[in-house]
Amino acid sequence: MMEHPNLKYIRGRKLPHMFCQGCGCGQILNALLFAIDELKLDTNKMVAIGGVGCSSRIPAYLDMYAIHGIHGRNLAYATGVKLAKPELKVVVLTGDGDCGAIGGNHLIHAARRNLDVTVIMDNNGVYAMTGGQLGPTTSTGLYTTTSPMGSLERPFDLCKLVETAGGTYVARWTTAHPAALIRAIKQGLTHHGFSFIEVVSQCPTIYGRYSLGLSDPLKNLEFLKDNSVTREQAEKMSPDKLVRKIVIGKFVDKEVPTLEDAYREMEQKVTARVAS
Amino acid sequence: MITTQTDLQFMLGNHAVVEGALAAGCRFYAGYPITPANEISERMAQRMPEVGGRFIQMEDELGSIYAVCGASLAGKKSMTATASAGYNYMQEGIEYAVAAEIPIVIVDVMRQIGENFPTQSDVMQARYGAAGDHEMIVLTPSSVQELFDLTFQAFNLAERFRNPVIVLSEATISLMREGIRIPRQEELNVLNRKKPIVPPAEFMPFRAEEDLVPRMSEFGDEYKVLYTHNPHDEAGRIAWTPKLYEDLYNRITRKIADKADEIAMFDTVMTGDAEIVVIAYGSESRGCIEAVKMARGLGIKAGLLKLKNIWPVPTGAIIESTRHASKILVPEMNTGRYYHVIKEVANCEVISLPKNQGRIHSPEEILEEIKRRMA
Repeated sequence: MMEHPNLKYIRGRKLPHMFCQGCGCGQILNALLFAIDELKLDTNKMVAIGGVGCSSRIPAYLDMYAIHGIHGRNLAYATGVKLAKPELKVVVLTGDGDCGAIGGNHLIHAARRNLDVTVIMDNNGVYAMTGGQLGPTTSTGLYTTTSPMGSLERPFDLCKLVETAGGTYVARWTTAHPAALIRAIKQGLTHHGFSFIEVVSQCPTIYGRYSLGLSDPLKNLEFLKDNSVTREQAEKMSPDKLVRKIVIGKFVDKEVPTLEDAYREMEQKVTARVAS
Repeated sequence: MITTQTDLQFMLGNHAVVEGALAAGCRFYAGYPITPANEISERMAQRMPEVGGRFIQMEDELGSIYAVCGASLAGKKSMTATASAGYNYMQEGIEYAVAAEIPIVIVDVMRQIGENFPTQSDVMQARYGAAGDHEMIVLTPSSVQELFDLTFQAFNLAERFRNPVIVLSEATISLMREGIRIPRQEELNVLNRKKPIVPPAEFMPFRAEEDLVPRMSEFGDEYKVLYTHNPHDEAGRIAWTPKLYEDLYNRITRKIADKADEIAMFDTVMTGDAEIVVIAYGSESRGCIEAVKMARGLGIKAGLLKLKNIWPVPTGAIIESTRHASKILVPEMNTGRYYHVIKEVANCEVISLPKNQGRIHSPEEILEEIKRRMA
């Protein structure tokens, strides 16, 4: 039997994965593999880092060095790895809770430093692995197990956060836009600096079923597609029309010296001073 | 620019920590500001670029501990330093480093809660702070020289056992200047982690050898190991069976516990025939030497066991040095914590002598207690 061309990137070439049927994590994993394959990246020189949560489990399936870490700390590990061995390509796979709540501080500062890593953040709107608690991205008014009367809070726009903090590549797509997602991951992986790709994805088991009333994975994908508006469209829409809409597209793509660039420059000055 | 000068120097305790780390091969440091540990970060910021290493000030102590984990996995000997309040935060990362067997060094400059006065109140946290089953290696320097020596040793121990090692410094010695001798590099025996000796297809990253410590590859080579604190099999795959879990943590615990007497670092002063032995660690041991000598002058057979590591418990040293003793006196700069540990090990009466006022016992205070107990 012919093997899937991207199975070679899976640790031990072994599937199935642990994700629920219809979960977006499998699609994100798949999109990343296509991006790696199309870019012909050397996986010996890559490190995948996750924290805790459904999407943070993706690194465990990749046939490369991987850290399945502690909740929220992915970008702190990444900072150490990248400073210690700048030649490595580091990809962080994380969720909205992992990097938007518990790991928010590390996200802000990694973006501010323009750390040369790629963050792929799966935004499924909920803490799914723990059974469906309110997440930082849950839409206002929606039911979760810890917002039984509907969420009282406003959802976090993490792309805006990263843009403000200093991220140099920022994009948002959904699992209903696979071709655009692969393209964005490729851009992120080749970007020189901090790249952040938010992937709004479906969780048919928890968020879909209990918060949106949609347990069919396909209906969830349709929901993502129907509620997506491009950045250009959004610019012409009023704030109330944008409630619960997903603004997709590329928001930032610029070239700014990275932390590594700055460190090297400083190091050269020190070396010159030591020599003299 | 600070040149590395060997031989005799007059140096700040926190700076001696840095020089000990660099001599051991430390090439990555991450830290977050906190008194009284700041001079470690400040000197590291200057020294790291000089030696081709990397320094970063992180956004918090959690950032520091995980940056250090990441850098160590990438093959660099790595360290962070903090003080008690910051050390609290680091427990989470220490647990990860224990479970994923990452060699790192953490310096905790103990200070009082909410104040910068000296204390030895983290002696139990240093051992038990992190979640999960584990042993810790905790070193207790008492002088600027020992801050250099024991920080150097901490790296060797971390590399040998693939475990976090804690240097338990104190506000007393960290901000003290003393004369020290920095050895030349060729005098030092630097240990490095064992590398894999089989090709990637045959490598089992968590299969231990006789010493219970697995060999360790590094990011950028072809071994592609998965690191996790979830229970994992010898291949590093996330797995759980009751037996797998038990075996994993038995090994992680035993690799250190079985070597407690080998790890033990201590000095003895006149313990051979001592009827009362003072057991002290860190800065508290400084006044004890004089106290024991004064007691001898009065005809009391007193001795001192000065511990340079308190975890794993140097049981052999405690038993051996108190063989003829009827009493053990344990002065501490806290409410009397390590006294309980000694009580568990010792074969004679153990007396706690706590003083929790931000200063160590004077030799006279210790002598008074010796006289009272031996009257």
